[in-house]
Amino acid sequence: MAVAGSAVGLGNFLRFPGLAAQYGGGAFMLAYAISFLIIGLPIGWAEWAMGRHAGQFGYNSAPGAFAVIVQRRWAKYLGIVAVIIPVVIYMYYVMIEAWCLGYAVNFWSGNLSLKDAGETVGYFAKFTGATGDASAMVFSWNSALPWLLGVFIFNFYLIYRGISGGIEKMCKIGMPTLIVLALLLLVRVLTLGAPNADRPHDNVVNGLGYLWNPTKIMVVKTAPVADEKPREIVGAQAIEEAKAEIAASGGALKLREVGVIEQLANPTLWLAAAGQIFFSLSVGFGVIIVYASYMKKDDDVVLSGLTASSTNEVCEVALGGLITVPAAVAFLGVAGVAGQAGVGLGFKILPLVFSQMPAGAFFGGAFFFMLFLAAVTSSISMLQPGIAFVEEALGVQRRVSVSILGLLTIFGTGFVLYFSGDLKALDTLDFWVGTFLIFLLATIQIIIFGWVWGIDEGFEEMHRGASIRVPWIFRPIIKWVCPLFLIGVFVMWLMKEIFGYDLTAGTAGAVSYYVTDLFGDKASLPAQLSVALVVAIFVFFGLMTARSAAYARAQQGLPKEDA
Amino acid sequence: MTTAGLLVMLLSVGIVVSLFSWCIWKVFTTPNEAEKVHGLEIKPPDIDADK
Repeated sequence: MAVAGSAVGLGNFLRFPGLAAQYGGGAFMLAYAISFLIIGLPIGWAEWAMGRHAGQFGYNSAPGAFAVIVQRRWAKYLGIVAVIIPVVIYMYYVMIEAWCLGYAVNFWSGNLSLKDAGETVGYFAKFTGATGDASAMVFSWNSALPWLLGVFIFNFYLIYRGISGGIEKMCKIGMPTLIVLALLLLVRVLTLGAPNADRPHDNVVNGLGYLWNPTKIMVVKTAPVADEKPREIVGAQAIEEAKAEIAASGGALKLREVGVIEQLANPTLWLAAAGQIFFSLSVGFGVIIVYASYMKKDDDVVLSGLTASSTNEVCEVALGGLITVPAAVAFLGVAGVAGQAGVGLGFKILPLVFSQMPAGAFFGGAFFFMLFLAAVTSSISMLQPGIAFVEEALGVQRRVSVSILGLLTIFGTGFVLYFSGDLKALDTLDFWVGTFLIFLLATIQIIIFGWVWGIDEGFEEMHRGASIRVPWIFRPIIKWVCPLFLIGVFVMWLMKEIFGYDLTAGTAGAVSYYVTDLFGDKASLPAQLSVALVVAIFVFFGLMTARSAAYARAQQGLPKEDA
Repeated sequence: MTTAGLLVMLLSVGIVVSLFSWCIWKVFTTPNEAEKVHGLEIKPPDIDADK
């Protein structure tokens, strides 16, 4: 139960629905399923095996693990990526954790009886500070600041005191409760129908269609305007009405079917799907490799990885996805969902769902409180890679390490809180670290496992203590398919989003806003400072790594001195 | 929702629930497996070393 509980987090109920809403459709789910099978699961197994192997030598941080496996001077520096990812993600994850706690208490105190989407969107913007930079730095129960302070202190109290037994209890009790509440919510959402009688198209069935239909139907202008997005429609009635609208437009509009193949040709969709798999499974996150290093030599990494992954997918696909997106379409409509997609979608939609339930305030508060508990177990686990790294790099005790990390993350979280306008800092870090860097680390790890360490040695380590065998097909998948797939998606994404050239269509296109936020006329200062923060942390960690006596031993294949 | 969409949904949900159920069954029916299976709930040893 503790294993299953530790697999559940905010990504299942908030990040996944936001992404599924943003990209929408069966094509995203197909890319997601393929990513789970050919990269999520195998790279997860590789990470568990590498981590446990490094732990036998006494190394509990990613730089140490990479150094002892690769046995080259440069390997430990690659491991820094695996420390930056969880540390930087913590800086904004704890913010979302605070939102959950704030929403829970505000539900219970009756502040969240909001009547329509306009009110919930407005409340969310004010609560999180999305209305403008520094706007959430107000000491009000309807603002993020007091909740963030409480959550941050709570996290570090747990970490400082080492109360991991409490974490295990939370996983065993809180997580099943969360799942029961999620099931209740699922039933409520699937029976919502069309909440607004004036807008019958906005209903749960169309919401499910939006999430699962392989083919998208769009109303597009015959002479499209730059940056204007086509309007997606779902449902037979909406299609009939669109046809009438097109007929009346005198040729200005037309109907377009976007098939699965065309959608799958978008590398950004694959990057998002793969990124979500990695984020949700904690693969390429720098976390599994650390926790695996604490395992005993004959613990079962294969079944551990599979159980944690499958639990996560049930919560993500069968619960998170089926709750938030259909409810979002029912309340906001398809066009509204596309405009509100992102991690905030759950906060804008779920309050409306609870408002339509008997005892909605109680259930709403309970649900967000359980999300908060799920977030705490995840955020605590995100701090451990940084703690282990500082301990090994500087040769200090845990309490000193926790203090250093605390100062760093206070600064980073304060940065995210200050630059809250349009959630720009959070969004920028979530992309460049929470998607891009994770993708990069997963690629590095699978190449080290399959090519540097060696597939034979890696599989032998993986199967030590295992009660099941990994199917033979995963050997060529890990050695060939994973790296080629990851590199292929990465190159195509670079060409499209950085250089603005769509390889599959053979045409020039728009560069991603994550790139234009950093360079050129439309550059955003918060986005630029966010990336600068990550670079600064990389340099700081790099200096610590270079001077580490422990890593100097690791790169020679020697165990840690006190191992 | 189209028929294809319904199929995709039922297949996806069915597969993940089946996989999860099989894993739980395997953990409970294999001797001593519950002690050998871990997630991120493992207690880091440096916690005790620091006390």
